[in-house]
Amino acid sequence: MTLSMLLGEPRVITVGASVLGEALDQQAVPRAPVDWRPPLPGTPAALARVLADPRRERANALAVGRLLSARPRLVDVRPARDVLGLEPGTFFHAGPPVTWERASGPMRGALIGAMLFEGLADSPEEAERRLAAGDGITLDSCHHHRTVGPMAGVVSPSMWMLEVADAEHGGTAYCSLNEGLGKVLRYGAYGSEVVERLRWMGEVLGPVLQAALRRTGPLDLRSLIAQALQMGDELHNRNRAATSLLVRELAPAIVEAAPERAAEVLRFVNGNDHFFLNAGMAAAKVSADAARNVPGSSLVVAMARNGTEFGIQVSGLGDRWFTGPAGVPDGLYLGAYGPGDANPDIGDSTITETVGLGGFAMAAAPAIVRFVGGDVPDAIAATTSMYEITLAEHPAYQIPGLGFRGTPVGIDVTLVARTGLLPVVNTGIAGRVAGTGQVGAGLVTPPAEVFTAALQALTQA
Amino acid sequence: MSDLVEVRAGVYHDSVSLMRVSQALAARTDVEAALVAMATELNVDLARDLGFAVPAATGGDLLVAIRASGDEQLEQAAAELDRLLTAGSPGGGSRARDQLPRTTRSASRAWDATVALVSVPGEHAFVEACDAVEAGLSVMIFSDNVPVELEIVLKDRARDRGVLVMGPDCGTAVIGGAGLGFANVLRPGPVGVVAASGTGAQQVTSLLDLAGVGVSHLLGVGGRDLSAQVGGRSTKQALLALDEDPATELIVLVSKPPAPEVAAAVQEQSLAKPVVRALLGPGQDDLTTTVEKVLGALGVPVPEWPSWAAENPSVPGGPLRGLYSGGTLCTEAALIAGAGEFTDFGDDEYTRGRAHPMIDPALRLEALAAVESGAVLLDVVLGHGADPDPAASLAPAVAGACERGVAVVVALVGTEGDPQGLRSQAARLNEAGAAVFTSNAAAARHARLLIGAS
Repeated sequence: MTLSMLLGEPRVITVGASVLGEALDQQAVPRAPVDWRPPLPGTPAALARVLADPRRERANALAVGRLLSARPRLVDVRPARDVLGLEPGTFFHAGPPVTWERASGPMRGALIGAMLFEGLADSPEEAERRLAAGDGITLDSCHHHRTVGPMAGVVSPSMWMLEVADAEHGGTAYCSLNEGLGKVLRYGAYGSEVVERLRWMGEVLGPVLQAALRRTGPLDLRSLIAQALQMGDELHNRNRAATSLLVRELAPAIVEAAPERAAEVLRFVNGNDHFFLNAGMAAAKVSADAARNVPGSSLVVAMARNGTEFGIQVSGLGDRWFTGPAGVPDGLYLGAYGPGDANPDIGDSTITETVGLGGFAMAAAPAIVRFVGGDVPDAIAATTSMYEITLAEHPAYQIPGLGFRGTPVGIDVTLVARTGLLPVVNTGIAGRVAGTGQVGAGLVTPPAEVFTAALQALTQA
Repeated sequence: MSDLVEVRAGVYHDSVSLMRVSQALAARTDVEAALVAMATELNVDLARDLGFAVPAATGGDLLVAIRASGDEQLEQAAAELDRLLTAGSPGGGSRARDQLPRTTRSASRAWDATVALVSVPGEHAFVEACDAVEAGLSVMIFSDNVPVELEIVLKDRARDRGVLVMGPDCGTAVIGGAGLGFANVLRPGPVGVVAASGTGAQQVTSLLDLAGVGVSHLLGVGGRDLSAQVGGRSTKQALLALDEDPATELIVLVSKPPAPEVAAAVQEQSLAKPVVRALLGPGQDDLTTTVEKVLGALGVPVPEWPSWAAENPSVPGGPLRGLYSGGTLCTEAALIAGAGEFTDFGDDEYTRGRAHPMIDPALRLEALAAVESGAVLLDVVLGHGADPDPAASLAPAVAGACERGVAVVVALVGTEGDPQGLRSQAARLNEAGAAVFTSNAAAARHARLLIGAS
């Protein structure tokens, strides 16, 4: 056998005792030092076990390869009752499964609003009573139904859903339509303006978008996201470029499909910089789902919060959730709100980070770094550090400011445990009291124990 | 007296850097005692033995224990500590450090390497080595305390990818002139070495160098490679690689006695080049004799191996105490001396949570100071990675032992090119009263004579 090591000039990666690295420096041998530190407490034995798993390397290559090759396309807009078979009284919500008793303020607020919207209660008090009694009410996680929802993420039968299909692997994923900012259901507000807006979305926005999309045909979200990244979006807290591109794609068809409603629909979409977020989330969900259920893979396929807990799911561990207490985001607050008004982290929008967007792509979005409480070098450092815990770089999603380097994609549980680096998440902040709405935006850190618990489970899988 | 005792949770520095920091602090005139180390059980016990009140801590925390003559002196020592710790961290701290890769995997993606050198604590070594193998790199694992089943997993993976795992517990390698780990400065030449024994290989290659014969590559395979369990996985690969290597004309295999069925399997490999086996054990040639055979095969005359005689007292009946840093040198010396109590301070049980005795002389100096009579035989290994000036701490301890009437014999393993200076180290140890030999076998024979064993 030929050992390539013996052929050329030695170039050495050193990890460990600095004296051995210095000995190479004294010999003028080129070397790259690793800034090694011990892994998260309690993980060394599990790390060795999981890395020794003969399936792992190929499983991760397969799983992340599926994630990277997904080709999400927006194919339709339809009511949840049709596409998800939702019955009256059944609600999906963000994050891992949660009960009414354990639900936070904004989650309860959104469920109350959804009860009012569906006509299952005449007043917030009655809605609350019925939800608390559980009488005829079923709650389930969006993620269990190929669905994601921002913030509270509550989905009820009459809401219209974006339908995104993966042209590569054949999967489908859904997300509701974005209501805009401020007093909105997803942030836990349920006042009359909230319910009225939802009605209009169901009666006008949904059907018009459906008609328009049926004229244009499927819309390539992979290419749209790639362009938006190069226009300063990170696709979680900044969707301005992506929303503009979406409007540009759809506007002529909207005018043709519904001339008398086109102006109000376009005005609504154009007035909401986050309109694209929900389409991006469905695209992320369908891509992450393509990577599910690969035995032996330590790839994270979902990160989601229900306002009480932060949960992850891992490709090689099926639909099992690993949860820990949701943290309170650190960021900037609107108006007179402050940290005391903030609810713990909530929403399925971390599906963007799961596929390497959002906080992972911060370096692409210098325009919003101050909004989430940092400066441009912080944003570059955030993205750079995420390459340490991810399996791949995206071939299509690139960051101009990093020399068009692909975004860091595919969180590996073992790399999180080894480096102690937790995923960087950009997020909105909901008010803790039901009915408040949004109070700010910022950065949040997932609880480390969800990754160490998943790692332990991988030793048994 | 003022004490500072601190446990810094989750702060990590490697044991060698911390040993240097401890030494620098202890060297301050107003500092009575200083121990800065990871809070392993061993180190916490050491601090408690020094009289420090150490709170609960885990091996992942940094333990700081300083005793100074007064509060002000303690404060100055603490400030110096922080300066030393920052200076010692890769990149000097802050943003530069943030951008260094955090895993071998990440480093291998960012930089075009040919080999990785892993020396993290043993329980973490497999993971980093896995990264290297998966990136298509050969890897040297200096770390010890790696479970044998993981060694086997790693070596099988490496074979499938055509790369070599050197180790675990591989102390030395020389790849195309670059010394990895503990490595003597060797001239380039025709001899390729496969070594399941680090210090054994250092003895062989140092003597070859003293005879004017150079080395193409020295491939360590780890002390367990030729055991029945590991089955010579890396040895077979390394032999094949050197057989293909155009710079190598003759191969030397250095090992403790292998498992018989493994020895047979290794022997069955058909190689085009001659192989000289140095398999240390009862009834086998010692390392010096093997080197002399290699020289014979190459047609090079055997020189007189340098030595520096001393007025050692004759100590009939001993006792003989062997204080070694190299395991194979220790075994060889014990076999030749035929009597005495020998300790290998490089063994796993002495290196958990602290640096190898070739870097950190403390435990061995302590043992030397405790010898009251008879003879002491010890090794001093020079080269890159080893103590930059072993005579500095050892010569005074040798002189002290000689004053107590102890006969001191040193096996000095090194070459003329080594940074410590072979001749100056020998001279200082010799002036302190030790008889010094560049051949460990010769040193052991001399010790045997002194205690009058036949």
